[in-house]
Order: sequence, then C-alpha cells, then structure tokens
Amino acid sequence: MKHSNSITFLKIFWNQFKKRKFALICLAIICTVYLIGVLAPLISTHDYSETDLSRTQNGPSLENWLGTDRLGRDIYTRVIWGIQNTIIITLITIITGSFLLGISLGLAAGYFRGKVDILIMRLGEVVSAFPDILLIILLAATLRPSIISLAHYIEDNMGIKGILSSGIVDYLVIGIALLPLSWFGLMRLVRGQVLSIRNAEYVQAAKAMGTSEIVILFRHILPNIISPVIVSISFSIGAIALSEVMLSFFGLGVQPPRPSLGVMIGDVTARGGASISVLRNHPEQLLAPIIVVWLMIFCWNIIGDILNDIFNPKNQY
Amino acid sequence: MIEYILKRLIWTPFLLLIASFFVFFMGNIAPGDPAELILKNRATPEKIEALRDDMGLDEPFIIQYLIYIKNALGGDFGESYVFQGKKVTELLIPKLLVSIKLNIAVTIVSISLGVPLGFYAAKNYGSWKDPTIVLTMLFLFAMPVFFTAPFLITIFAVKLGWIKASGWNGFFDTQIILPALTIGIPSATIYVRHMRASTLDIIGQDYIRTAYSKGLKEYTIDTKHIIKNSILPILTLLGFTIAGIFGGSLIVEIIYGIPGVSRLALDAIYQRDFPVLTALVLIGSTMLVLANLIIDISYTLIDPRIE
Repeated sequence: MKHSNSITFLKIFWNQFKKRKFALICLAIICTVYLIGVLAPLISTHDYSETDLSRTQNGPSLENWLGTDRLGRDIYTRVIWGIQNTIIITLITIITGSFLLGISLGLAAGYFRGKVDILIMRLGEVVSAFPDILLIILLAATLRPSIISLAHYIEDNMGIKGILSSGIVDYLVIGIALLPLSWFGLMRLVRGQVLSIRNAEYVQAAKAMGTSEIVILFRHILPNIISPVIVSISFSIGAIALSEVMLSFFGLGVQPPRPSLGVMIGDVTARGGASISVLRNHPEQLLAPIIVVWLMIFCWNIIGDILNDIFNPKNQY
Repeated sequence: MIEYILKRLIWTPFLLLIASFFVFFMGNIAPGDPAELILKNRATPEKIEALRDDMGLDEPFIIQYLIYIKNALGGDFGESYVFQGKKVTELLIPKLLVSIKLNIAVTIVSISLGVPLGFYAAKNYGSWKDPTIVLTMLFLFAMPVFFTAPFLITIFAVKLGWIKASGWNGFFDTQIILPALTIGIPSATIYVRHMRASTLDIIGQDYIRTAYSKGLKEYTIDTKHIIKNSILPILTLLGFTIAGIFGGSLIVEIIYGIPGVSRLALDAIYQRDFPVLTALVLIGSTMLVLANLIIDISYTLIDPRIE
C-alpha cells in the first residue's frame, strides 16, 4: 500500500518535471558534474598532488587536458578531485544539518510545542543573530586546531593511522562550521508545516489508535510535509557548496595539497594579492574551477525554483 | 501587538548576552596563549606569567567573561594582540565606516536595478520578457564573486584603464564603482524576485481591476496603486544591507583591496587576534538583531494584518 503510494508520488512528480526542458538540462548538468566527482579516482589522469616543475603554467595539451598550474599539477585532475570534496562536504552538511538537526528539531518543536518549542526556537534565534559569514569563519578558524589535536590523540592512542592524511579533519571542520547555517531555516519551515497539520484528522486517528509518537512523526506527519522540505533543501545545496568554496578560498577549508575548487581559485587570484598579473597571463587556469562552481549553483537554484513550482502550485511566483 | 513588541524588546538583550557568551567562549578555546602572542619573541616564562596575571587570564572563565561584558557595554573591547597598545575600537571604527559606505553603494545599485526590473517583469507576466529577466538574474546571481571581480578588473582597469584596479578613496570616488557593481548586480536578483512576486500579488487584487474599470491612466495605476503597495515587502530586505556590512562583502574587500571590516576579520583570524574578531562578531550581531527588530516592528505597524 505504502509502496504504491510513493511510486505514484514520484511518477506524478516526474511527469511534471520532464515537461520543463530547462529543468531537464539543469538536472543533466548536475548529474554529470556529480558523476565526474564521484568517479574522480577512476577518471583522473594524474596524481592530484604530483608536482612537475618542468611543465608549469602550461596550456591545455594531450598530456594535461586543461593545462597545468604554477607547480605543474594537472588542472583537470585537481578539478575533478575538488568536485569530489565539494560533494562530500555538501553531503555531510545536508545529512547532519538538514536531516538530523533541521527536520528532527522542526518536527519536535511543531509537534510537542510548549517548552521544547520555545527552547529550540530560542536556540535558533541565537544562531541566526550572527552574521552568517563571520560565524562560519570564526568556527572554522577556532575549531580546526582542536579537531587536529583530537585526531592526533586518536592516532596515537588507538593505533588508527591516516586520519590526518585522509582529509577527515577538513570535512569535520567545514561540516561543523556550516552547521549553524544549514538547520535553522529548515527547522522553522518544518515546524510551521507540522503546526498546520498536527491536529488533522488522520493524526488524531493515529493517536487514538495508540500509535507511538515517533511513528506518528515519521510515518504520518513527515511524508505529508515532504514537498516544501525537498524544495528548501534543493535551494540550500548550492549555498552550501559555495560556502565550502569560499572557506577553502581563504585557506580555512580544505587544506593543500588536497585539491578544492576554492583553493584552486585562490591560487590563481593569489587570494586577491597579486591577482592581476597572474590573471592577465593565465586566465584559463581560473576558467575550469569557476565554471564548475557557477554551473553547480545556477543549476541547483533553477531546480529549486522548478521544484517549488511543482510542489507549491499556489504561489507560482 | 504591543505584547509582541514588548516580548521582542525584553528578549533582545538576553539574545545578545547568549550570543556574546558563545563568541567569547570560541575566542577562549582558540589555541595560543594571548600573553605569548603579545610578547612574541620577547617572551620569557616570568614575563608571560606577569602579563597573564595583568590581563586577568588566570581568572575563571566566567569571571573573565563578566569583566569583558562590563567593559564592552562601556564601549571598551580590550586591546588588539597584534597592534600593540591599540584599542580594538580604534582599529574597528574606521574599517566599519568603510564597509558601511561600500554597502550603501551596493544597496543603491541593487535597489535601483532590482526594483524596476522586478516591477517590469511582473507587468509583462506571460510574455517572453518575464522569464528572460528572471533567468538572466538567476544566472547573474549564481555568478561567483571570484569570477566577477577579476573579470571586471581585467576589462575596466587593465584593458580600458578607466578605473584604478584596487584601493579605496571614500564614497564619492570612481573606485567604488567596480566593487559596488560586483556585489550589487547579483544581489539585485533578490530584489527582482521580491518586487516581482509582490507586484504580481497586487495586480491580481480587486481594487486594481476597479482602478482600471474607472478608466484611470496606466501610469496613475502603476505609481499610485501598484508600486506604492508592492514596494512594502522590500523593506524587510534592508536587513540584508546590515548583514552585508559584516561579511557580505568579504571576497570583494579582499580582491579590490578595500580596508573594510571583512578584511580586518580575516587578518584577525590569520594572526589570531581574537579580541578584534570577538568585538567584530559582537557588534555585527548586535546591529543585525536590532535591525531585524526594527524591521519586524515597523512591519507590524505598517501592515496590521501581520501578527
């Protein structure tokens, strides 16, 4: 019964979605970019940190498809590994911030009301009192040393090797820094939706039958409010990706030699310092990472818009 | 409604207190001994001990926080670790003024571009013009500043040589144009979207149909009936300007070499100058919270339907 329901939901949605050609193009672009990122280990032609000073700042060639940077590293390889890092960080932030915190806290606040609601809302207000970007930077800068020393401690005392070299530290730092940004908006949305249906007849019926609260929340309420949640998350993916790029651009995110789109852009523009000379001589090095970032954000915004059109036909504009 | 306003007014100081506690805590767990940072290579164990004692760093955390808040309320945010003998406020205020000026310019660009475009798009709902405007704006919105800033510099400063590439010369100088455009054009998208939505909303109302059937001129309807009402929701967006001052112009300040607060914040992070960073985040949050409070209250006063 439930199974067939979800199939019809997807079918109706897909029928609506595929009517819009532009949406399909954007979806295709997103899928291609993400597939490239996921397949990075298979399709990269070089080692992302391998430097070769005999071929620095070269243009595109058969050997290096998108040319090489100032240390002779292959730009194509670094871009696709950078995409992979962005995907991993987006996933971490969406799962922890949006799913775990945003949805659960929103459900709890809207359903239980009272003290739980007040506490969660107040907490959210505190988090949103900070200017976003300053908060992200502050968190990334202050947390990194603590997380690094924690990783050292685990490596030394538990005999687990390779935590520091695997990039987990970077993912943790960026993930935690982006958390405050990612949960409050969604929480408020879910809370509002729950408030509007918590007294609906089917919820009352489930309650009367003695269904446990967890089951009511996740089986009866959540599926009914899922459309605005999907819209909201699709909008936030672009913003999260951009924040990661920005943090790495400033050297507070993914650390070299691990590749990141932000680090690559920062390298070429020298974080603003000597941007013009490098830019004048080798603007093509900036092209690949910037086009990828631009496409990701643009396509996610368009998909968010179109999902909004499909799911909330009432407010079309 | 008065109850609502009162509740907000009472809650605001607590909100700021909790926020400041958090920021102070983050600055406190940050690595590096402030005394060592200040003394640099002159540091000896005795000198560090003396300075720690002098700065009250050996006090319990909560006492340090209370002293900090007491001073901060009087406008004293302590001294910078890096620029010795300089009060944080001395460092901060000139930079804050620069960022405020830049963001006023940005807001002027984005409103004067976004509001008319949004209105025009709504008036042409159903024709090709509307989706073209919306899509173009979305495209510009997604454009990373990392791209726009170097791109504009290359064209207008390097190739054409009209404007100097970087630096800051105050509000009334040509150098403000490029940075203002760099942030202003993408953020105009937000104004386009809101203006378009609220105009479409108003156009559908009965009193507009009445106005048309009375035979009023198109111009009168547009200005007196539509714009006057549809521009109201734009008010809430002015909060963005405040948020923009603290961090919104970060990348632009770096690339164009503008000595604003974002640059100060970043330098403070690189040099572990936490008193500066803490003060910055505190002042930013206070302004943001107060701006939102004022916007919310004025909104409930303007539009009584909102509770």
